Amino acid sequence: MGGAKRPPQSGLGQWFGVLPFFVFSGLFLIAPTLVLAYRSFESLEGGLTLTNYRELTTELVLGAYGMSIRISLTTALLGGLIGFFLAWAVSLGGLPRPFRSITTTFSGVASNFAGVPLAAAFIFTLGRVGLVTALFKLLGLDLYAEGFSLYSYLGLTLVYLYFQIPLMVLVILPALDGLKRDWREAAENLGATPGQYWRHVALPVLLPSILGTMILLFGNSFGAHATAYALTGGMFNLATLLIGQQISGDVLHNPGLGYAVAMGMVIIMGLSILIYSILQRRSERWLG
Amino acid sequence: MTISTAPAPLAAEAPVTAAPPRGNRLGSWLIFVMVALYFLVPLAATFYWSLRAEKGVLSFEAYRRLFADTNFLPAFTESIVNAVIAIFLSLLIIVPTAYWVTLRLPWLRPVVEFISLLPFVVPAVVLVFALIRLYSRPPLLLTATYGSSRVVLVCAYAALSFPYMFRSVDNGLRAMDVRSLTEAAQGLGANWATILVEVIFPNLRVALLSGALLTFAIVIGELTIALFMAQHTLGPYMANLTRAKVYEPSAMAVVAFAITWAAMGMIAYISRERKGT
Repeated sequence: MGGAKRPPQSGLGQWFGVLPFFVFSGLFLIAPTLVLAYRSFESLEGGLTLTNYRELTTELVLGAYGMSIRISLTTALLGGLIGFFLAWAVSLGGLPRPFRSITTTFSGVASNFAGVPLAAAFIFTLGRVGLVTALFKLLGLDLYAEGFSLYSYLGLTLVYLYFQIPLMVLVILPALDGLKRDWREAAENLGATPGQYWRHVALPVLLPSILGTMILLFGNSFGAHATAYALTGGMFNLATLLIGQQISGDVLHNPGLGYAVAMGMVIIMGLSILIYSILQRRSERWLG
Repeated sequence: MTISTAPAPLAAEAPVTAAPPRGNRLGSWLIFVMVALYFLVPLAATFYWSLRAEKGVLSFEAYRRLFADTNFLPAFTESIVNAVIAIFLSLLIIVPTAYWVTLRLPWLRPVVEFISLLPFVVPAVVLVFALIRLYSRPPLLLTATYGSSRVVLVCAYAALSFPYMFRSVDNGLRAMDVRSLTEAAQGLGANWATILVEVIFPNLRVALLSGALLTFAIVIGELTIALFMAQHTLGPYMANLTRAKVYEPSAMAVVAFAITWAAMGMIAYISRERKGT
């Protein structure tokens, strides 16, 4: 870097700028997680054990993980597909320009609207006395008598899509923008139909992005706690809710098991973020 | 926690493309209208409910009751103070780090990136119990009092903002020539603190504001960590309200939506402003 004066080169001086970051992350992210990992091997009486991890295979825990995985898979797939089509519609689909900025700004809002207000909004819409529930009743369809509930797999899925679709839109739009016009023209000049262009050129290029983002959505839904808590009051068998019930609940109190469930969750989240970043890096080769 | 995304860096203008065939456009409209309905109906329903607190007439009674609730304003104020402190803490940590990693320790970048992404890997509900477990026993009795718990809460919020803050600041740094600016300032005799405060910060204005507003939107109504740390902030307050009252929660949801909209709108505005100059 030329002849300019440099900051102190040796020893601590070199680390001066990044030290606060490492100390702070150590104190509030890394150390707590490591302690939690260690405690997940601790039994109720103290002493190290694998019992907590063995209990992960009990019906209660498997049920909670199962529900979390079902909801996350459904909302990742549906949210991913709907988000992709919406992003396509506002970027390549020929909608007037302003629709694109409306969609991105609104997506930013909706993806941040998770938590209590989102739960409340859906209770007022599709809860027992919600507006849409009432409208359906007027039309002669009693949703709750038909077995629908907002506090179920289907209900949570509907609610989660509210932050899943926008996230997909925001992450996938730049990828769609990265599709080069030359590719389309080249394909057309070679006589390809639009269908062939999408099947053989655009989709293969976009696929790592789409899959990666869907995996990101999976993690996004898997780790979501606030929305589910606000909606069900914590009384639903979902992995994130189970952690709270086990560690701080009065009924099901077994912190060690709670920590083990939490560690299982960290592993699943870590894997989904990892696969996402690998796929994202791959897609950058074409769409960078 | 749920992953949030600011619209700002992604709201770039679309590349100009040839007009697609008519059939496509019809499909686009269909998709847009259906998705728009899904997103707007809950908002409309909530807004409608929030006007119905008085029998027979539409009024803002629910909002009046919400703001008249003696617990609302203290919780709201406390959340704002927490958010602002967390934002400053996060900026103080992330800006020097991103700057240093760009200029002096590029080989550390992957490590810093990885650590800044940890809040995505360790969900809030896991992090809060991890923090409680670590800081609730001797020798670190940080969760013993309300005030000291609050310190831990704010620090956790700062940590939660790392993924957004780091990315925002890093993008901002990439957009300018950090090295030349630094060398020029050094040539004029500036020291490191001066360079950061007088040269780097002003050039990062948009990035810092975007990161700050996004952090604000995430932290202001945060429920999970505040709930299990027994803090009287907006998130737990709203959760209680949803269970206890009939009309006020709808008013609250509308207010929360307005706050989020304001934060995101400001991000979009300042980034566009910047592009115009």
